[in-house]
Amino acid sequence: MFDVLHYHFMQNAVLASILGGTACSLIGVLVVTLNLSFIGTCMAHAALAGAILAVLFTLPPLGISFLFCCLAAGMVGPLADKGNFRPDTALAIIFSLMLGLTFLFLNMLSGPKSQGLNFIWGSILTVTQKDLGMMLFTCFLVASFIFFFFKEIQTIILDRQIAESIGIPAKGIYYAALFLIGITINSFFTSIGGMLIFSLIVNPAAAAYQLTYSLKKMFALSTIFGVVSCLGGLWAAYVFNVPAGAVIIIVSVLIFILALVFSPKSVKSLG
Amino acid sequence: MGWSVELKGITAGYGCQTVYSNLDLKVEDGEFIGIIGPNGAGKSTLLNLINGLSFPQRGEVIVNNQVLNKQNRRELCRKIAYVPQSTWVDQRLPLLLKEVVLMGSYGKLGLGRYPGRREKELAEKIIKMTGIADLKEKPIGHLSGGERQKAAIARALVQEPKILLLDEPTASLDWRAGQEILDLIYKIQQQFKLTTFLVTHEINQLPHWCSKMVLVKKGCLVGVGKTEMLFREDILTQLYDVPLKIVYDGETPSVLYGRSRVNV
Repeated sequence: MFDVLHYHFMQNAVLASILGGTACSLIGVLVVTLNLSFIGTCMAHAALAGAILAVLFTLPPLGISFLFCCLAAGMVGPLADKGNFRPDTALAIIFSLMLGLTFLFLNMLSGPKSQGLNFIWGSILTVTQKDLGMMLFTCFLVASFIFFFFKEIQTIILDRQIAESIGIPAKGIYYAALFLIGITINSFFTSIGGMLIFSLIVNPAAAAYQLTYSLKKMFALSTIFGVVSCLGGLWAAYVFNVPAGAVIIIVSVLIFILALVFSPKSVKSLG
Repeated sequence: MGWSVELKGITAGYGCQTVYSNLDLKVEDGEFIGIIGPNGAGKSTLLNLINGLSFPQRGEVIVNNQVLNKQNRRELCRKIAYVPQSTWVDQRLPLLLKEVVLMGSYGKLGLGRYPGRREKELAEKIIKMTGIADLKEKPIGHLSGGERQKAAIARALVQEPKILLLDEPTASLDWRAGQEILDLIYKIQQQFKLTTFLVTHEINQLPHWCSKMVLVKKGCLVGVGKTEMLFREDILTQLYDVPLKIVYDGETPSVLYGRSRVNV
C-alpha cells in the first residue's frame, strides 16, 4: 500500500496532513482552554463566505477568505469585551452572519456551483506546492507564537483579569490568538474542508485536555492526536475510497472518545 | 516599604451607571486599610481604580506620586498585586499550583522572556512561607477555596509588590479557612510593610489589624479614619442599615448582628 506514496499528489497530501494536524491542533489548545470552541465554526464560515465571494467576482479566493477571517476575528473580541457578554455569544452572532453570507454568495454563483462546494468539503489530494508553502508558514507562525508567549498564554488561561492586573498585555495576546486562529483556518480549509476544519481544531485539543494537567504536555498530545487523525483519515480514505476530510474528523472524534474513557481526570472526579 | 495612594476628585462608574462621584481619599505608604460596606457599595470598584483595571471618568489616581494613566498603567501595576475574590476554576485546568504562583513574576519579566532561577527560588520561598509547599504539584482546580486563596496571595507576593489589593479574600470560606487567610495577610503586611487595601465583610477582624477604615455606602465614602474612631455601634449601624451591637471580651470588641429593618 506504500506504493501510493510514489505519487506526487499523495506526498503532498501526507505533508498537508502533518502540517494541518500540527497547526490546527496547536491552535486548538488555545481554543479549548480559552473557551472559544465555537470559534472554529465561526472562522471557517467566514473563510467560506470570503472564498465563495471571491469566486463570484473572480478574485483570488485565499486572499478574500483571509480578509473575511481577519474581519471575523476582529469583530469577536470587541463584541465580547464591549458588549459585556460571553465570547461564545459574540461568536454565535458572527457565525450566523457568515453562514447567511455563505448561502447568499453560493446562491448567487451561476452554473453547477462545484467550485463553491469544493470549499465546503475540501480536497486534501489536490494540495499544491504553493499551498504547502503557506501551510508550512502558518505552522511556523503558530508554533512561534506559542513558544514566545507561553507564559502569557498560561496566565490568560487562568484569568484574563489577573493577567492584566500583573502587567501582562492580556488583551493584545488574546486578540493575536484570535487572528492566528483565523489565519490557521484560512490556510487549511481548502484541503480539510470549510465545514469540517473546526472539528480538527477542537477534537485533538479536547482529547488532550482529558489526559494531562500540564499545558506543555497538552500541546504535545494535541499535536500527536491531530497528526494521527489526519494521517489515519488519509489512509482510510485511500483504502476505503471515502472522502478524506470526513474520515479525518471521524478519527479525531474516536480519539476524543478514547481519551474521555481512559481519562485519569474522569476517575478523579468520580472518586 | 509600600507606596502611597491618592484619589482626587474621582467620578467613576460602568457605562451610564455612576458608582463614585467626586471621591477623595489619601493613603500613606505602609498603611493597612480595611474597606467595608454593604454589597454593591463600590468597594471592588475602588480597588479596580487603584490598580488601573478601570479608569475614572473624572479625577486622578496618584500612585507613588505618579498620576496613573493608560501609558504608565502596565509599568505601575507590576508593583500593585491584586487578589480577586475566589472564583470557580475548572477541575481539569492544565495548571499546577506552583505554575500559578510563578505567574506573579511574569509581568516584571516582560514579553518573550522565561522565568529564571531567581524567580523560581522566590516562588519556592513564598510557597513555603504561605504554608502550601505540600500542594505545589497539585492542579489548581483540585484545591479547596482556602488553598486557592493562599495560592493567589502567594502569586501576589511573587510580584514583589508595593501595594496589595485584596477583594474579599475570605468570601465563601469556612470560619477556620477564613481565619487562616486573614492571619496570613496580617503576617505579610507586618513583614513587608506593604500598603494594603482589604475589602472584607469580616468586620470583627478589623480592629486587630487595620490602621485605618474606609466605610463605603452607595458610592460615597461615609467614613475614613482610624479604626478605633469608626468602629462604633452607631456608625456601623448606619452603614449597614441593620442594628448592630458591639460587645467587649476584655479589650477585644466584637460586633453582634441584629435583625434588619424590614417590615413584614
